Amino acid sequence: MTPAWTLISAFAAALIVLLLPARAAMASRMVALVASVIGAVAAGSACLAKLANPAAAPWSFDREWIPNFGSRFHLAADGLSLTLLFLTGITAIAGVLFSWNIEKRPRAFFAFFMTIIGGVYGVFLSRDAFLLFVFYEIVILPKYMLIAIWGSTNKEYGAMKLTMYSIGASALILIGLVAAYAAAGATSFDIAHLAAATYPSAMQAWAFPVLFLGFAVLAGIWPFHTWAPTGHVAAPTAASMLLAGVVMKLGAFGALCVAMPLFPQGFEQYKALIAGLAVVGIIYGALTALSQKDLKFIIGYSSVSHMGFILLGLAAANHWGLRGAVLQMISHGIIAGLLFGIAGRVVYERTHTRDLGELGRFDLWKSLPGAAFAFTLATAASMGLPGFSGFVAEISVIIGLWQVYPWLTIAVAAGIILTGVFSLRALYRAFFPEREAAAAPPPKLPPLTWPEISAIVLLLTVSIAIGIYPKPWIQLIDDGLRSPLFQSFLSLP
Amino acid sequence: MMLPIVILIPLIGAILLAFSRGMSVKNAGRIAGGFAIVSLFLARPNCEWSLPWMPDADIALRFSMDGLSFLFVVLVSLVTVFAILASILKGKGDRAYFALILVLQSALYGVFTARHFIPWFLCWEMTLIPAWLLIRLWGGPGAPKAALRFFIMTLGGSAFMLVGFLALQLSVGTMDFDALGKLAAQGELTGALAKSFAFTGMSGHSLLTVVALAVFLGLAVKIPIVPFHAWLPAAYAEAPTPVTMLLTGLLSKMGVYAMLRIFLPVFPEVLPSLAPLLTWLAVATVLLGAVAALAQTDLKRMLAYSSVNHLGYCTLAIAAVAASQVDRAAMSSALSGVILQAFNHGIIASALFSGIAILEIRSRGQRGLNDFGGLRAQTPVFCGLFGIAVFASLGLPGLSGFIGEFLIFNGAFAITPAAAALSVIGLLLTAVFLLRMMRKVFWGPLKPSLAKWEDLTKEERILFGFLLLLIVVPGLFPQVLLHFANPAIVELLDLLRPIP
Repeated sequence: MTPAWTLISAFAAALIVLLLPARAAMASRMVALVASVIGAVAAGSACLAKLANPAAAPWSFDREWIPNFGSRFHLAADGLSLTLLFLTGITAIAGVLFSWNIEKRPRAFFAFFMTIIGGVYGVFLSRDAFLLFVFYEIVILPKYMLIAIWGSTNKEYGAMKLTMYSIGASALILIGLVAAYAAAGATSFDIAHLAAATYPSAMQAWAFPVLFLGFAVLAGIWPFHTWAPTGHVAAPTAASMLLAGVVMKLGAFGALCVAMPLFPQGFEQYKALIAGLAVVGIIYGALTALSQKDLKFIIGYSSVSHMGFILLGLAAANHWGLRGAVLQMISHGIIAGLLFGIAGRVVYERTHTRDLGELGRFDLWKSLPGAAFAFTLATAASMGLPGFSGFVAEISVIIGLWQVYPWLTIAVAAGIILTGVFSLRALYRAFFPEREAAAAPPPKLPPLTWPEISAIVLLLTVSIAIGIYPKPWIQLIDDGLRSPLFQSFLSLP
Repeated sequence: MMLPIVILIPLIGAILLAFSRGMSVKNAGRIAGGFAIVSLFLARPNCEWSLPWMPDADIALRFSMDGLSFLFVVLVSLVTVFAILASILKGKGDRAYFALILVLQSALYGVFTARHFIPWFLCWEMTLIPAWLLIRLWGGPGAPKAALRFFIMTLGGSAFMLVGFLALQLSVGTMDFDALGKLAAQGELTGALAKSFAFTGMSGHSLLTVVALAVFLGLAVKIPIVPFHAWLPAAYAEAPTPVTMLLTGLLSKMGVYAMLRIFLPVFPEVLPSLAPLLTWLAVATVLLGAVAALAQTDLKRMLAYSSVNHLGYCTLAIAAVAASQVDRAAMSSALSGVILQAFNHGIIASALFSGIAILEIRSRGQRGLNDFGGLRAQTPVFCGLFGIAVFASLGLPGLSGFIGEFLIFNGAFAITPAAAALSVIGLLLTAVFLLRMMRKVFWGPLKPSLAKWEDLTKEERILFGFLLLLIVVPGLFPQVLLHFANPAIVELLDLLRPIP
């Protein structure tokens, strides 16, 4: 199966679900699940093929699209795209499984869900800046719908804020892309073509921050991160998983594969600032998470903190930093999905609260031992303990950062310790509370269902697999990083 | 390929138990015991296994079992099996409990065989979660607080250790224990650190001292060395007794082993300047452990402090080795002593805590020093067998506790005579509180409430029989154990030669 199947299956599933008879809940679930599995298998098998034969030319698809301004329908999948496609596929499967019990307008839900997935696949595959932008925009509307219709806690506010931020950011991206298009001769939107052109340094000095910021807003760069926690909390579980798991990665992917290659000189000027903002984001996110009482807000702010590592890796702009940034994209996608799945779906659906103090009443380790055990492992993964994917990513970013900004490395170490503190606090207060012996016995809760268990096992397996044996992932990512696109700001060993 | 299989067997058992709904507790215990013992028969010394992890940072999942590792692996499986047997006898636990014990066993195997910091630290942290849950969920009324303190202190220490090793990775480019040891033996670590941390303006020696102290902190919490022992008494007392066997028999040995395998070989350049600190902390540990044990009325707390005291001797010997670096004979004696003491203490502590478990079974949870009396007449077999364990613990020649302490003092007197002399007080106090325990529990008039007690059952006799066999044989023939440890000792001594 070629990587094209990811895109085809997602959009086809969205269409098929809409054609189903009204209230066909089971059928729409199954369609979404099958499509997600096809996507993941297509991406996974392409990864394996790439590993088995690293010298083979990457899959690509290039057709004329809008000749008027030289935009082509150009898709390609190198190792970098493939790993991100695989992450998207896995998150999609887990998202469908965690949304198994959606009874409110299931057809619309899964149609929007699969549209987001399709848009994300599209961004990761696009080699044409305009096409990438179109896929990027496809993601916005269904995102709004998922939150506004199926969300909870302040959903209109959260949805609107997120959409406003996204649209503002898109405007910046569009300005940056059009400026590059015009300056490069107004003939083609091909990213390689745009990156090969040289732009005057005065232009790079304004165009880089505009374009980079447009992408970085979606990656949750401090201080433009505020959409993320409110959006994550308001969103239904599957949408939180998608938001934190893959949509935020779109921003990081755009920054890495569009903004930085297009304007390397501009990047050179701003990279210290980016690194500084990233470190502030890591520490600010961790400190804010430490003071939250709502479990989903804690995870939301922890996402801001973890996304800081991606930006930090990008700012380090060496081989280790970029590798770590991509690894962190994958790792955080998996772990955030897991945390949101357990907190938002498994626990909230049964207890109808996410308040740490309220959750303490339920003695979750007794009433939901499976969830408590899974959340313990997810917390360990989120803290970046060895054996989980987060560690691989963080150690790479740290090695990369060390070669550029050694002092910042020390601040990052403080951030890592804070991450441990807030993660453990949340785990302890929510799942292993200290109760008065005289307190009323906890209410009985229904046990975990099979879709929930499979989603948890799937995500944990991937995180541990990367943590125990990261070599193939590193090979794939390194393959992607060898692309000429990155050579203007990176020197591979 | 054999090594990863040995390490993973208990973990496979744990997963099996986790997914077999509806299995009876007794069967779960039997299966757990089976998995715990099978891995012992597959373990062989001198095998290696390695998986590249991130080759360009010289990170590999490298495991290797030499004689020294083999001794500890044997100890792990023996103590785990005894803990599982004691749990079954006590009727304690359920499927999850036995599964967690097996996870702990796998992690411990990893700790004692890993040769690179990353897999080692992975296993080191992996011991923490099951141990925490075992105390937290199956412990006594004070368990939540005790477990939390244990968890936070251990994790805090590990965080420092991780930062220390990251500093080494960033400046030397490797975290492989053997590679670091070789570099350190040539005195290259200080230079590398000074070069890559030049922006801090510190000298290489002080940088390496900071790193060594960070690593020491992580190990000191685990052993524990005074003043990092605050978690221990409550955790040992609140944990179910079989889990206490694991904590004292095995988890504390992780620290001792890491001192031998990591701390001594990697930091010889700064050992002379750290040695006085180490020595006096060791003396404090020995004395405080003994004095505190003397003041306890809860038998479990008393034995907990007694463990602190016994492991203090290990630290004393390690400090002596760190201080000398020249006197090969004394160092060799001290190192042999550490290894024997670590192994034998694991077995003896298992026997002592099994005895406590038996008292708890009979008395439905009582374990105060004054709750019993005159049991010798009522349960003569128990009294005799438990007495042998007590005498082994206080170091009676011929039993296994003696030889380790003898070798430790033999080495330590030659190098740090004052500290060794002070520590001898610890030996005397140990005899006082252990004999007081024997007197209060077994001698004197029989308490009327104990008149219906039965002597050991057949299963209990088998458990004790095995434990005592493992106390008597190494006591008479310590060479059985030293035979495995000697090559590692020689290797370590070669690395510790003073840097030219």
